[in-house]
Amino acid sequence: MKIENTTVKRSDIPLSKEDFVSDQMVKWCPGCGAHAILAAVANVFPKIGYRKENFMFVSGIGCSSRFPYYVNTYGFHGIHGRAMPIASGIKIANPHLSVWVATGDGDSMAIGGNHFIHTIRRNIDINVLLFNNEIYGLTKGQYSPTTPMGAKTKTSPYGTIEHPFNPGELVLGAQGTFFARAVDNNLKLMSEVMFEAARHDGTSIIEIMQNCIIFNDKAFEHIAAKDLRDETQIFLKNGEPLIFGKNRDKGIRLNGLKLEVVQLGENGVTEDDLIVHDQYERDPTLHLMLAKMRPPLYPVAMGVIRSAVFSTYDDLVVEQNEQARAESPIKNVDDLLNSGDTWEI
Amino acid sequence: MIHRDDVVIKFAGDSGDGMQLTGTLFSDAAAIAGKDLATFPDYPAEIRAPHNTIAGVSGFQVHIGHKKIHTTGDLCDVIVAMNPASLRANLKWAKKGAIIIVDRDAFDEKAIEKAGYKSNPLEDGSLGIFHLIDVPIATLTKESIIELGLGAKVADKSRNMFALGMMLYIFNIGFESTYAFLEQKFTAKPEIIKANKMVLQAGYTYAETLEVVESKIDVPAAELPKGRYRNITGNVATSWGFLAAAERSGRPLFLGSYPITPATEILMDLAKHKYLGARVFQAEDEIAGICSTIGASYAGSLAITTTSGPGLSLKSEAMGLAVMAELPMVIVDVQRGGPSTGLPTKSEQSDLLQALYGRNGECPMIVVAASGSANCFYYAYISAKLALEHMTPVVLLTDGNLGNGSQLFKIPKVSDLPEINPPIAEPNTPYKPYERNPVTLARKWAIPGTEGLRHRIGGLEKENIHGNVTTDPLNHELMVKLRQEKVDKVADFIPEQSITGDKTGDLLVVSWGSTEGSMLTAVQEMQKEGVKISHAHFHYIMPLPKNTADVFKGFKKIVVCEQNMGQFAGYLRMKHPQFAYLLFNKVQCLPFMVHELKEKFTQILEEK
Repeated sequence: MKIENTTVKRSDIPLSKEDFVSDQMVKWCPGCGAHAILAAVANVFPKIGYRKENFMFVSGIGCSSRFPYYVNTYGFHGIHGRAMPIASGIKIANPHLSVWVATGDGDSMAIGGNHFIHTIRRNIDINVLLFNNEIYGLTKGQYSPTTPMGAKTKTSPYGTIEHPFNPGELVLGAQGTFFARAVDNNLKLMSEVMFEAARHDGTSIIEIMQNCIIFNDKAFEHIAAKDLRDETQIFLKNGEPLIFGKNRDKGIRLNGLKLEVVQLGENGVTEDDLIVHDQYERDPTLHLMLAKMRPPLYPVAMGVIRSAVFSTYDDLVVEQNEQARAESPIKNVDDLLNSGDTWEI
Repeated sequence: MIHRDDVVIKFAGDSGDGMQLTGTLFSDAAAIAGKDLATFPDYPAEIRAPHNTIAGVSGFQVHIGHKKIHTTGDLCDVIVAMNPASLRANLKWAKKGAIIIVDRDAFDEKAIEKAGYKSNPLEDGSLGIFHLIDVPIATLTKESIIELGLGAKVADKSRNMFALGMMLYIFNIGFESTYAFLEQKFTAKPEIIKANKMVLQAGYTYAETLEVVESKIDVPAAELPKGRYRNITGNVATSWGFLAAAERSGRPLFLGSYPITPATEILMDLAKHKYLGARVFQAEDEIAGICSTIGASYAGSLAITTTSGPGLSLKSEAMGLAVMAELPMVIVDVQRGGPSTGLPTKSEQSDLLQALYGRNGECPMIVVAASGSANCFYYAYISAKLALEHMTPVVLLTDGNLGNGSQLFKIPKVSDLPEINPPIAEPNTPYKPYERNPVTLARKWAIPGTEGLRHRIGGLEKENIHGNVTTDPLNHELMVKLRQEKVDKVADFIPEQSITGDKTGDLLVVSWGSTEGSMLTAVQEMQKEGVKISHAHFHYIMPLPKNTADVFKGFKKIVVCEQNMGQFAGYLRMKHPQFAYLLFNKVQCLPFMVHELKEKFTQILEEK
């Protein structure tokens, strides 16, 4: 599928990975999942096809937030938690930019939690790569809002006593119009969902389950391990039934108000009983159920869970400006200064 | 008809009595009649505080005059009090012999008691030194529109129009602007327009027929420079100054802001002017307000955020980012009483040190302060110009008195305002983010989307010229000095400090911000009395004008007057330690009175 967004100028010439390589030394730890995310971005940006000058990367603070230095676009490295409002200001001021945010679980859901939900609610057209490693990496290993309850970290030596966020639940609760998920060891899927995020008009959140090799190694191993993933992950495809498993013999159906994993061919269950994925459905109920799926009961949903069409803030702001301009008799500041009650002395 | 050079009038009532509107309508009518004026609204933080209590009193003071009006006035010549609480709260501001107009109907036993009176002040003789005009306004209002059959609520809501009608009679001012307002405001409700006009007329006729005053008071039209005028509040003037700067600089205007008293009107006003292309973003909090502003600035806009003291505290970290990224923007602080939530609807000058220094690290910013409601337009414009041309954030300090108060404003032509030329980088030119203009030390602004200028900046320390991230110790020291020097060099681009009065003398009065009018009035009155006193009022605080020390050295004594504990004086001691600074501080969230200034200055002059 093609990118149809017309507010961002398209490149006249084909671009390649090299067009986005920055001259900075990449300083993430060897083996960090962030390297793969960078590779996916370099992979997908030329395919998106915008002029390279129209890409913009914004970040907050944390390991993820060094991202803008490592990709050759316009880039702004902000302060902790504030990437979303910085990106919002950029997009509102200049809707012709394709604005991307690199953020982490702490940056976006702890210190930046307020901005995260409100940006999503407004549906400003920015694309967010949410590096979820379930830990604070740059400050060396404290628990984050997504760290599983009970996990022992530097600030929870007896185990955390906090209920973690599931990012998908938070995004949909904030009326998110786009939510996708991928694991950092799946370059192809990461590239695909990034492309889909670019296509989507509105705030797109991509949760990337990212391995922090130093402070939270193998946190996602039970889901992400390549030999397990056929059973622990389900790859959503729009218009296709929810099937997974090494032998593609398991599926997900709706049983009352709950999802249920079923074995195809057993007890008369056929593909027709399974949920057919509709990422464009505006009602988020089923998307929320999919986003919440977790082992051991369910596989984790990967790919685009939701991509619903709603008006975007950046479109509406331009529309309002233009409508107001067309309707007002005041055309410039001199007119304004002389409007209403004025008198000559 | 008695002629008066100037008159101070206060409209006061319960916070639901519509006194802000009455005051505004009277001021507009007076302005159109050619008088100079300054207004000062004084209202409670609560939208509707308990009925008939002192806490719920809302006041609006207006000073009109035939001569130039510099202040909102010390003591009142006329007080309109719509209930006992408003009378009790404001009587201390009445001149001896002042006209006091009250609504007798509001003085029932319960209301009198709630106001804290032991007996009815209209009957116990306690108002003997005043000229009391005691009118059953509620009854007369009801009677005047009884034929319309609109019910008691409409009559109750129109009481203020009766009082306004009386005032227009007493001051010999026409109805036209009030009629025009009513017609516009109630377009869809012709019966309400009719009722209000009838009540207004009834008030006027009542005052005329009963000869409530021995003679009308005439304040002749002011001798103002020729031109077109309007009445404007400081917050609206601030908003319009930015619109003008956007138009003149060719940069689109962006405002990222969160509602906070008393700054909200700037956000509300700019939201109205979307037709001029203003992008107005009401953020989820103060931090998002400034961070969206930083984003919009990076993206090439004239970016503004507006707030008051508590909001400025929340914005501190992001202000540091703006300094580090060297991006242009204006942060407006409409100061209020602090600390913490403090006195949200009252005015103070206590955020100066926060504006100058309230950030981590060595974090210099240009700080500019407006001094009158009307010149908020000019200082907003200049703040935008300095930010854009010097590529640095600017703090513009106003305050509640300036923001909510109003003055006559001589309408300028946008093309007569100084040019604004931001240093925008050309496409496909060699671009190094922190390469500087040798004169201003401003870096160039590379606007995203421009071909050949992709670059990355942020809050980490930057390598000089190239902008790469570095922790090199010598580079850090160099960058700290460059950022400071860039702000210091602004002194070459701002006017020299002026003095009102002789360049030498016994006492120099130093002030900044909204106190200018009272200082000027007090100093000029004393000059007429032969005192060797002069006045220096500062609009540029960081950096200070280059000739500041030259101005100070001509005087035997210097007194710095502020509505805080001496923040500007402390700053001056640091910048120009060779002088001795006396302090006169008032931290009551009230403007300085001319008489108290004169007393203080006299006392200072008498001290050996």
